[in-house]
Amino acid sequence: MPMLSFLIRRLLQTIPTVLAVVLLVFVLFSVVPGSIVSSMSDDADPQVELRMKQQLGLDDPVHVRFGKYIAKLATGDFGTSFRTREPVTTMIAKRAWPTLQLIFTSMAFAVLLGVPLGFVAALRPGGFVDSAAMFVAVSGLSIAKFWLGLVLMYLFALKLGWLPSFGYGDGSLKYLLLPAVTLGVSPMALLARTTRAAVLEIMTADFVRTARSKGMSEIRVVKWHVMRNALVIILTTMGLQFGALMGQAVVVEKLFSWPGIGSLLVDSVLQRDVPAVQGSILVVVLAFLAINLLIDVLYGVIDPRIRYA
Amino acid sequence: MTEAPLIEVEDLRIDLDDGAKRVAAAEGVSFRISRGETFGLVGESGCGKSITALALIGLLRPPLSIGSGVIRFEGKEIQHLSAAKQRDLRGNSIAMIFQEPMTALNPVSPVGRQIAEMFVLHKGKSWREANKLAIEALADVRVPAPERRVNDYPHQLSGGMRQRVMIAIALACGPDLLIADEPTTALDVTVQAEIIELMRNLCAERGTAILMISHDLGLVANVCRRVAVMYAGRIVEERGSADIFRNPSHPYTQGLVDSLPRLGSRAALGRNRLKEIAGVVPAITSFPDGCRFNPRCAQATEICRTTAPKTDMLEAGGLVRCHHHA
Repeated sequence: MPMLSFLIRRLLQTIPTVLAVVLLVFVLFSVVPGSIVSSMSDDADPQVELRMKQQLGLDDPVHVRFGKYIAKLATGDFGTSFRTREPVTTMIAKRAWPTLQLIFTSMAFAVLLGVPLGFVAALRPGGFVDSAAMFVAVSGLSIAKFWLGLVLMYLFALKLGWLPSFGYGDGSLKYLLLPAVTLGVSPMALLARTTRAAVLEIMTADFVRTARSKGMSEIRVVKWHVMRNALVIILTTMGLQFGALMGQAVVVEKLFSWPGIGSLLVDSVLQRDVPAVQGSILVVVLAFLAINLLIDVLYGVIDPRIRYA
Repeated sequence: MTEAPLIEVEDLRIDLDDGAKRVAAAEGVSFRISRGETFGLVGESGCGKSITALALIGLLRPPLSIGSGVIRFEGKEIQHLSAAKQRDLRGNSIAMIFQEPMTALNPVSPVGRQIAEMFVLHKGKSWREANKLAIEALADVRVPAPERRVNDYPHQLSGGMRQRVMIAIALACGPDLLIADEPTTALDVTVQAEIIELMRNLCAERGTAILMISHDLGLVANVCRRVAVMYAGRIVEERGSADIFRNPSHPYTQGLVDSLPRLGSRAALGRNRLKEIAGVVPAITSFPDGCRFNPRCAQATEICRTTAPKTDMLEAGGLVRCHHHA
């Protein structure tokens, strides 16, 4: 079972990554000024402050706190939020679904639009469709997300009144659409460009010439021989973009008041709610690692030359 | 020639468009191949033999295109056919095998499926039927355990096996003409002989004509009844393959024959140093005036540098393009 041992090895490899991330966040938060106490009030009674710090265990040295945190983490306990006194796991569980909705809808938008755009552009390089598609792609990559979000809000919510301007509402597509498009534009643009480049390169391959010598139409050549070969490159881009999406989701969630992990993270950072920050970052890192593992497995399904050893 | 030719090329010119101007990558190319005949096209790399083959099967891509001339297949001009009509011909009546079997097959598609495509495309079969026929086709090219091999991917096969798959694809629909572009150049010498033998036998059985392209005059003369030698985009000599060895007429052909390693008399006498042709094939954009071989030719005179030679008929049969031919 080379596949199973590959999976186990990859899962074990995630442990040092996770530890490194946790350590980094810990160190950063012990270095930056301010704490949960100072974020709540500018002129708190020093005695109250001391008592709170004792209660929350903030007066221990960093390495002691880190040791305690890791020990609890090993049992699946993410700690308790300084702010809400809720277990961090519960907080994240409530926020996970909206973020997943947002990220996967954005990715679906990016793939469903970007990949066909790249294919169409590659079939007539230099043609009108190609120029138009690449103009869209370059624009999509250059636009700042918060600005695009504001423009979309203004246009579709304020002026046209077709969609709600922000908020989660009942979580339906109506609410999802604007934030998902805002978030999905840059991966869409990148996918269009990579797909175009990949298809153009594959079209010059010897086996494409063989396919043409068999007497098949260009559409068939693409469908039967180019698509699957391009998929490996498209998938790689998708994997990397998932990571970027999770980062950019922070901005978009904040902008659209989307109750996801991204806005939880921002609020927690601002209030120095260390356990909540730790937990959110950890979950994002784990999700990123999981998606990349899934993509590595998919490689082998698409390309038989890739073996898991 | 008694019977009507299967394919006839007349004064074919292939243009190379380098953006600024068009230059002829090949010109004045004429030859005919009869049904079931074996015909060879020989020359160094860059002499225009592969693009001539691609022109026949309609696969020239920009910057290359057919400039002028006529290609007749079974008496009908095919160079201006619509794309759809050309596709019906391609693979079905004219098939092609390429040089590099590793890259000529799709790496992410099972070989059986790549053969089966031919039956789906040209014979209107369902995939299920086509897969059965693919197994038969693999058996025909002597691939052992074909029912297992159909599911293999190209990287799981050896170079020789891959070229057998290419032959199976090319011959799947029983074409009238098989174009083999350096079919064994990428293979081991021992495998070469097997592949050539296989290709020759299968085509002979089915009455398929072969246009074989190679830089190896020895190999081509071995397989083909007639041979045309190309140099710098022109055919310089066309003869029966036995004649071309016995008394080559064009100095370039002479050079090719002399550069072949031969066992026997010369080796026995200890004079087994191989001769080479000095110089290299000129680039398409800088073909010399007159006879294009003149800078490398020992017999070149003033006229060779100014006037392109006409194609002459030889008394012994055959054609040659040289001012000083024997």
